[in-house]
Amino acid sequence: MTVPLALLGLLEREPSHGYDLKRDYDTIFGRGRPLPFGQVYSTLGRLARDGKVTGQSEPGDGPDRKRYAITPLGRQEVATWLAEPVAAEPYLQTVLFTKVVLALMLGRDAAGYLDAQRATHMRRMRELAEIKRGGPLTDALLADHAMFHLEADLRWIDVTQARLGALAEVVRAS
Amino acid sequence: MIIEARGVSRSYGSTPALREANLSVAAGEVVAIMGPSGSGKSTLLHCLAGIFTPDSGEVWFDGRRLDTLDDGRRSELRRTAFGFVFQFGQLVPELTAADNVMLPLLLGRTRRKHAQRRAAEWLERLELADLGGRRTGELSGGQAQRVAIARALVTRPRVVFADEPTGALDTLTGEHVMDLLVGLAREEGATVIVVTHDARVAACADREVVVRDGRVSDPYTIGAVR
Repeated sequence: MTVPLALLGLLEREPSHGYDLKRDYDTIFGRGRPLPFGQVYSTLGRLARDGKVTGQSEPGDGPDRKRYAITPLGRQEVATWLAEPVAAEPYLQTVLFTKVVLALMLGRDAAGYLDAQRATHMRRMRELAEIKRGGPLTDALLADHAMFHLEADLRWIDVTQARLGALAEVVRAS
Repeated sequence: MIIEARGVSRSYGSTPALREANLSVAAGEVVAIMGPSGSGKSTLLHCLAGIFTPDSGEVWFDGRRLDTLDDGRRSELRRTAFGFVFQFGQLVPELTAADNVMLPLLLGRTRRKHAQRRAAEWLERLELADLGGRRTGELSGGQAQRVAIARALVTRPRVVFADEPTGALDTLTGEHVMDLLVGLAREEGATVIVVTHDARVAACADREVVVRDGRVSDPYTIGAVR
C-alpha cells in the first residue's frame, strides 16, 4: 500500500523517469529491500490508468523513455494519505502470546522460551544500536522505530515472566 | 576475568537480595545487569564494587579477593581502580563542575594544578568545556550526568560501575550520555558494568545478564541449552 503512495510523493517533489524514481525510492525508503523494476513500472502503469500520474514519452537515440508527473488527483491522494493517522493496532494475538500460552497449556518450559526470546530481541537491539551509531539520521530513525517496538515486546516479556505462575493457573483451569 | 562474583549471597535483615549469584566480567567488556525492581541487580553491583560485603561467597578483582579486604583498603581500591556513575549523579551541588571532577584526584593527593588540568581535559571530552565554572546544581540532568562520567573516568579506573545512569533522563539525552560513557570507557580500556532496566541502555553493552529473585542468569547460555 505504501509503495504507490511513496512513488506519488516522490513525483510530487519533481517529475521523474522510472529509473530515477526507483533509485530515489531505494535510497530513501528501500533500506536493503530495493524495489524491483517490474514493480516500479507496473505501479506507474496503474497510477497512470487511474489518472494519478501522466507519462510523457521522450523519444531519443535509445529506448523510448517516459517522464512521469503527478496529476491534481494524485496530489490530492498524497495529501489525504499524509493527513490520515495509521490505525493503532492492538497486537493482541501475537506469536509470543500464543507460544507462551501453548507452552503453559502443554506443560512445556514457558520461562525458558521467554528467556530465549528475550536474548534474541536483545541481540537485535544491539545490531540496531550499532546501525544508529554508524549510520545517517534516516537510518537511525528507522532503527529507532524498530527498537521501540522491540522494547515494547521486551517489556511484555518481562511482565509475563513475572506473572508466569498466575498465568499457568489461568491457562490450566481454562 | 577482571572482576567476578562467586556464589555471592546478601540479605537485608531476613530478606534475601542475592542468592549465590555468579558473574564473571572480562577486562574491557561492557556488561548490562538487567532485571525487575527489587531483583537484586543494584545489590550485585554494590557487592562487585566493594561497597557492600557479601554475607557469603567471594568477590574477586584482578586476581585479588576483594570481599576480605578491610574497609580502608576497599575504600582505597574504590578511589583508585573504580569509577562510579549513579542515577542522579550524586555530585556536590555547591561545587562547580570542574571541582566535582577534580574531587577524586584531590582525594588521591594529586597536586591541584595537575588535577585542574585533567578535569579540564575531561570536561572538554564530555562537551562541557564551557560549563566547568558552573555549579552542578545549576546544570540540566544530562549535563550533570556528563560531569558524573568525567568524574568517574578522570582517575583512569579499571572498572566503571553505573547504576541506572540514564534513569532520570529523556530518551535522546539518555542515549547521548550512554554513547559518551561507553565510547570513552572503551577508549580508556575500562570495563563497564551498568545496572539498568532499560533495554536501549543494555543494547549499548556487549552482553547482558538478568537478575531474577537474587539469581543471575545469562540469557544466551539459557537460550543455547534449551
